[in-house]
Amino acid sequence: MKSHLLPAIRLTFVSLVFFSGIYTLAIWGIAWFAPGHGNGKLLEYNGSIYYTNAGQNFYSDHYFNSRPSAVSYNAAGSGGSNKGPSNPEYLALVQSRIDTFLAHNPGVSMSEIPADLVTASGSGLDPHISPAAAMVQVARIAKARNIDETHLRELVAAHTEKPLWGFFGPKRIHVLKLNIALDQIK
Amino acid sequence: MNTEIRGLALMFVATLVLALPLGKYIAKVYSCKKTWLDPLFIPIERLFFRLSGIDPTRKMNWKEHLVALLTINFVWFLFAMAVLMNQGWLPLNPDGNPGMPADLAFNTAISFLVNCNLQHYSGETGLSYFSQTVCIQFLQFVTAGTGMAAAAVVYNAMRIHVTDKLGNFYNYFVKSCLRILLPISFVAAILLAFNGTPMTFEGKANMVTMEGDTVQVSRGPAASMVAIKQTGTNGGGFFGVNSAHPLENPNYFTNLVENILILLIPMAMIFALGHYLHRKKFAWVIFGVMMTGFLFLLIPAVHSEMSGNPAISEMGLAPNLGNMEGKEVRFGAAASAYWGVTTTVTSNGSVNSMHSSHTPISGAMQLLGMMTNSFFGGVGVGFLNFYIFIILAVFISGLMVGRTPEFMGRKIEAREMKIAMLVALLHPFLILTGTALSAYFVNQNPEIGWLGNPGFHGFSEMLYEYTSSAANNGSGFEGLADNTPWWNISTGIVLILARYLPIIGPVAIAGILASKKYIPENAGTLKTDTGTFGVMVFAVIFILAALAFFPALTLGPLAEYFSLYGSVN
Repeated sequence: MKSHLLPAIRLTFVSLVFFSGIYTLAIWGIAWFAPGHGNGKLLEYNGSIYYTNAGQNFYSDHYFNSRPSAVSYNAAGSGGSNKGPSNPEYLALVQSRIDTFLAHNPGVSMSEIPADLVTASGSGLDPHISPAAAMVQVARIAKARNIDETHLRELVAAHTEKPLWGFFGPKRIHVLKLNIALDQIK
Repeated sequence: MNTEIRGLALMFVATLVLALPLGKYIAKVYSCKKTWLDPLFIPIERLFFRLSGIDPTRKMNWKEHLVALLTINFVWFLFAMAVLMNQGWLPLNPDGNPGMPADLAFNTAISFLVNCNLQHYSGETGLSYFSQTVCIQFLQFVTAGTGMAAAAVVYNAMRIHVTDKLGNFYNYFVKSCLRILLPISFVAAILLAFNGTPMTFEGKANMVTMEGDTVQVSRGPAASMVAIKQTGTNGGGFFGVNSAHPLENPNYFTNLVENILILLIPMAMIFALGHYLHRKKFAWVIFGVMMTGFLFLLIPAVHSEMSGNPAISEMGLAPNLGNMEGKEVRFGAAASAYWGVTTTVTSNGSVNSMHSSHTPISGAMQLLGMMTNSFFGGVGVGFLNFYIFIILAVFISGLMVGRTPEFMGRKIEAREMKIAMLVALLHPFLILTGTALSAYFVNQNPEIGWLGNPGFHGFSEMLYEYTSSAANNGSGFEGLADNTPWWNISTGIVLILARYLPIIGPVAIAGILASKKYIPENAGTLKTDTGTFGVMVFAVIFILAALAFFPALTLGPLAEYFSLYGSVN
């Protein structure tokens, strides 16, 4: 044990310098050339700077609403609900979200509501919704903004992000980008 | 084929295509053959050994290996405790996060020391950038290197020569970190940074949303840490929700990269064994067994998640997205279920969705992945777990056909069998005892406030926590309020036992076997590189690992499954 203690301490120190120091600084230096200089992707609109990947809470009737969140989209932290699929309290909460949605979107039938709109995301910061979740909100937004529904549908279609390389993974809509485009219509 | 399933196929094929050449490379590294990275790494390695005062050519027997391994691990433990408890006043703490209390620091230090990465804190508020980089990221490199070095010792012991000298621990350790973990992490970190994962030392940013709310956005030196977290089957995330966080895992491409890394080295280590021992067929038999087990867990999980939660479908919603609670739209149900299984079979423990909100079948598959803990398994240690099952299978098949059990030309006798049995039984013992004790406390004191969900799911939360600890996995059913002295200390103890005994056991067996007389293969030798032997190993794993847990699974996920699906129909 004794003959190994000193080499262990010295090797720990050298490894620290290398794997915590040099490696980290190298990546930090390279990341300066990445979008946002290593601060994450940024998006500038109307003088405000937004974090593209940190989802925002949209809850007004005249915006495409984002998903429910366990942390109210405050990216100071992050979190999911961690509710189990059979938890009665959780199922009642989902039911009440459905009822609220139907109240804000008269004329929509239950079977048109996709699951992502009434369930909380894993991070609480999900920047996306599914294309179906955007389409089901079109009628409400068209009415609130007095815009033609077909025009809005085209907007949603144009903002539907394709699967990776056209082949892999789900289609999705970036809520912030879609809402910025919505504000720019007039 | 729909685009989500196609994504899974791509992930798996890409992992395999990368693991084959990587296996060859790893074998070269451990047998000290020339590689194309030599000009870069030989001078750095020399510097490492000179500054540490280590002679990398001094050969050690298996006991010396274990002493060296445990000594350096102890040094890391003290270092980690000191950093975590004092991070409040140490540098690189722009958000002013406080030092950890002793019980949480104990749990965190142990958990990262044993390559588990169970997290009873949330990264955004629980750690400073100094702790993330100097403590956590450091341990993610060196503990992965420790597991790989232990596997390299066992590989060495399986060769034909009769010896008690099995190479130098420090040499295997430094080579694993420097030549295997570092290059992969380096490439991955750059890919992540260019896809939007932060790599900055600035504190939280303020942001006013389009709706006019003021929020903060956590940042930090994440890219470098997330890369090694995935590469070294560590799994402890930079942010609280791990790779579900849109900054830690920004898009489907980064998800592809991160998920490939979960399986990459564990898979490559098997191919490395084939090259190292010149027994490629034996490696393919092991791969076949692991692959079969993996698919048995994967297919039900993916199917169940894509079908959705029946209690919600019953309300009348559009069913086509699957179970979306706790999941991110950019990954979808299929890629979340795939990640859930890959991360639990490999003792990685990172998550890209909240496991607690998965359907009961998917949750059960995750639990089984950790209970068997040998379908690919953690870097290095995954093979060590599998080695125990090989020894058991050799012994049992030897008895069945009435021959002396031999493995790699060495007789397996009582001493080795005792060690193997102890290691194999330790896993269910730790998990079931811990769960039983905790369930008793909850039963005695229902107001204790540990469980985030009532009923069967609450039991699953406790079962999952101990399974994750004993498998050194680190994921959780996070409804559990686990930052309390009971959970911090009890899981801490499980973590220590479940890490070091399963390393000590196989290294000891391999060391003892290597010094025994070598018996050349003859007509009476039990062949270990055949499909029959593969089936035998699979049966041993199934009987010993899976069935031991069947009663516990019945009380948790299976009961929840029947209550959920029974009430709907």
